[in-house]
Amino acid sequence: MSAPTSPRELFLAFNRLALQGFGGVLPVAQRELVERRRWLTKDEFVDMLAVSQVMPGPNVVNLALMFGDRTFGTRGALAALAGMLLAPLVVVLALTVLYVQFDQYPAVTGALRGMGAVASGLILSTGLKLLVTLRRNVMGLPIGLGLAALTVLATAWLRLPLVWVIAGLGSIAIAIAWNRLRP
Amino acid sequence: MNHDASDLFGLFAHFLVLSLLAVGGAITTVPDMHRYIVVEHHWLTDAQFTASIALAQAAPGPNLLFVAVLGWNIAGALGTLATMTGILVPSTVLSLWVTRWGAQRRETRGVRAFTSGLTPLTLGLLLSTGWVLAEPYLRNPAHRWGALALIVVSVLAMLRTRLSPMWLVALGTAAGALGWV
Repeated sequence: MSAPTSPRELFLAFNRLALQGFGGVLPVAQRELVERRRWLTKDEFVDMLAVSQVMPGPNVVNLALMFGDRTFGTRGALAALAGMLLAPLVVVLALTVLYVQFDQYPAVTGALRGMGAVASGLILSTGLKLLVTLRRNVMGLPIGLGLAALTVLATAWLRLPLVWVIAGLGSIAIAIAWNRLRP
Repeated sequence: MNHDASDLFGLFAHFLVLSLLAVGGAITTVPDMHRYIVVEHHWLTDAQFTASIALAQAAPGPNLLFVAVLGWNIAGALGTLATMTGILVPSTVLSLWVTRWGAQRRETRGVRAFTSGLTPLTLGLLLSTGWVLAEPYLRNPAHRWGALALIVVSVLAMLRTRLSPMWLVALGTAAGALGWV
C-alpha cells in the first residue's frame, strides 16, 4: 500500500480521475485509488462507499472528502474536493455555452436528446441493479420493495415535495428498521 | 431571463435544504428540483431542464455538475454559484463531521436503523429520477419510440453486460444526431 504525499498530489489525483469519468466517476475512482495508485484496499474502498452512500450529498464527492480527510485532515478534504470539481465544472459550463450557440441545429438537439435518453436509462439501471441489496436489509425484501415503490409513487407520480417524503416515509422506515434490530 | 436577488436567494435556500435530503446522491433530488424549478417557478422549460442534465452527463466529471448547469441556465454565473454552494456546503460540513463522529459508532442500533431504513427510499428515488428524465421524451409522439428504444438498450446493456457507460452515451449521441430519436 502507498499513500499520497501532499494535498497537492491529492488534488491532482482527483482531478485526473474526475476528468476520465464520462457517465459516472465511481468506476474510475475504484480503478485509480485501488488498482493503480493502491491508496486503498478493495475492502477499505467498499467501506468508504457504504458510508458515503448513506450520508447526504453526492457519493463520489463524499468519498473524496472522506479520503482527503483521512490523509491530511480538512486541508486534504478540501484539496480532494477541489480536484474533483474545479476542472470538470469549467468543462461542463463551456459545453453549456457552446450548446446554446448551436441549439438551432436539429443534429445538435437530436444528439442531446439521445444522450438524455441514455442518461435516464443509466440511472434506471443503477436503481434496478441495487434493488437486490434490499434482500440483505433488516426489513426484508417485501417491505423494502414496498417502501421503494411508495417512494416512486410519491415523488414521480404525486410529485410531493421531497422534504415530506423523507420526513414521512423515511421516519416510518427508520422506525421499522429500529424495531427489527431489537437486540 | 432576469432574476432579482430574492429569486436567487430562494434558489440557494432550496438547494441548501436539498443538500441535506440528498441521501443517495444529488441525482435523487432531481424530481424535487424539477417540481421547484419547472412546475412551480417556470424558470426553465421541461426540455431545458432535461437538456441541462443530459449536458452534464455527457461531460466528464461527477454527475453532481448538472446542478451547476441548471444554475447557469436559470441565472448565469450567479445562478451556478447559488445552486453549487447550496448543494455542497451543508452536505460537505455534515459529511466531514459525521465521518469523524461516526467512525466508532457504525455498528450501533441507531446508525444501523437509519442506514437500513433509508436504503429503500434511496433506491425508489433513483428509479423516480430515471422516470422524471425519460418522461418528457416519452410524452412527445415524435420522440417516443426512438427514446424508448435507447432507454431499453441502455438498461439491458448495463444489467447484462460489462460495457462502459461511455459507449452507451456515444451511441445515444450518434443515434440522436442522425435524427433517429
